[in-house]
Amino acid sequence: MDDQKQPFNPLLALLAALAALFFVFPLIGLVTGAPWGRMTDVITNKSALDALGLSIIASLSSTVIALAFGFPLAWLLARGTFRGKGLVRGLVTLPMVLPPVVGGIALLLAYGRRGFIGEPLDKATGISLPFTLAGVIVAESFVAMPFFVITVESGLRSMNRRLEDASRSLGASRMMTFRRVTLPLIWPSLAAGTVLTWARALGEFGATITFAGNLPGRTQTMPLAIYISQSSGRTDEAIALSLVLVVVSLVVMIFRRRIAGGD
Amino acid sequence: MMTGRQPEIPRFSAQAGPGSQRGWHGRHAALLTVACAAVAALVLAACSSSSTSAPSGGSSGSGKVSGTVVVFAATSLTDAFNQIGAGFEKAHPGVTVKFNYNGSSSLATSINQGAPADVFASAAPANMKTVTDAGNAVGTPQIFARNTGEIMVEKGNPKKITSVKDLANPAIKVAVCAPEVPCGAVATAIFKNAGVTVKPVSEETNVGGVVTKVTLGEVDAGIVYVTDVEANGSKTAGVPIPADQNDITEYPIAQVKDAPNASAAKAFISYVLGPDGQKVLASFGFMPPG
Repeated sequence: MDDQKQPFNPLLALLAALAALFFVFPLIGLVTGAPWGRMTDVITNKSALDALGLSIIASLSSTVIALAFGFPLAWLLARGTFRGKGLVRGLVTLPMVLPPVVGGIALLLAYGRRGFIGEPLDKATGISLPFTLAGVIVAESFVAMPFFVITVESGLRSMNRRLEDASRSLGASRMMTFRRVTLPLIWPSLAAGTVLTWARALGEFGATITFAGNLPGRTQTMPLAIYISQSSGRTDEAIALSLVLVVVSLVVMIFRRRIAGGD
Repeated sequence: MMTGRQPEIPRFSAQAGPGSQRGWHGRHAALLTVACAAVAALVLAACSSSSTSAPSGGSSGSGKVSGTVVVFAATSLTDAFNQIGAGFEKAHPGVTVKFNYNGSSSLATSINQGAPADVFASAAPANMKTVTDAGNAVGTPQIFARNTGEIMVEKGNPKKITSVKDLANPAIKVAVCAPEVPCGAVATAIFKNAGVTVKPVSEETNVGGVVTKVTLGEVDAGIVYVTDVEANGSKTAGVPIPADQNDITEYPIAQVKDAPNASAAKAFISYVLGPDGQKVLASFGFMPPG
């Protein structure tokens, strides 16, 4: 058999088509099931706009947090030499595989009002995270930042470090080398990590409702609003809000191709 | 030293750039990684809602019941119905009862969307009505219990909460159920009866969420049912609400129209309405149907 050229394989094509349709059908369901006649009413409803606004603010904030804190962490995991690195990496990426509601409970026990960090924090400063926008951002960061860390870490690992050595040997400072050589080299993984993190934060539900509660206009993000409307029998509203989220995500995914390139 | 590494990063760019001397394989592996990561993100985002039970293999004939009976019941019924379920299984050997506990509004939606339930026990007539209005219940629902509200506070009542009026204090953090859920309707009625405006910090999707938040000390108080205060024992404390401010909710039960195991559904409903079921409900603090 010739391994270089992939001949047309009907079984492969069939399975691939089924896989693609598996993802497409639910989207078709959303589009055909949407209450198109009342769409504008449902979407411009104050609670829907509040939820969308909160979702955007919270997801962007947790993305910024991921960039600020996740990048140094990714750097150390990729370049640092210290004991227990594997353990640190495992712990940091654990939220990716944990059910988000477990994350929410864990967050409450650490940063909640009676949590071992939350309680002294509350006593000292009066700041209490649950049921606040800050709490939503904490929950989203907890669940989404690992996507940034592992993506950027593997970008840093797989880049050609000889180019950095060359830059340094030609007299460029560390900062200059970082800006002019390292950053452009890892740009695709930075962009990928940022978009994945943002998308994961935007879709966060379990940790948010557990840690930050559900209060319209305060901590009720889009996924929570959608869940509440579907579980209260307001299916039309749930579908309309879901479509909004789909469109927002789609726009960003297309925009991401523009900035990071791609085929 | 660093050359020749197989790229393992989810790269979006397949364009030439420094360090992108990757082959066909590398690019596709990278794309695959992106796809996997994206799928992982979507799956994780979607895995939060409750699942429905598997269909049961029940009998359809009259007489001896068998198989599995799936009961969708309000969260506030959890402890009482678990005990009733055990009693029912003992009384009808060969029958297994499976419960799905959630907020009544959520359960009603699931049933109207075709969840394979045999019995629906709601914490309020309003949520049962959405099921009967959709033609998804058999016959007229029957009231099997009543319940009433109570303020649940932290163990030892550190905030010295003594009345519904205290909950209007902005320094007191209060959790309630969302207005669509029966316990939320009860809370709304109580605040109205007491003539106070309470700004809760969270509207939970079922009464269990309120109980958890009070138990963990995340809120100072929550409006729950008297049965929840009772069931939670010494982990929390209760502050009774005077009758003239309180609200009473009635619990209706009905067989679901397309019940996979109709005969067992009927048997379960009569067990709940019968002396054995009523005794258990009373022991958990529920009031008999008025």
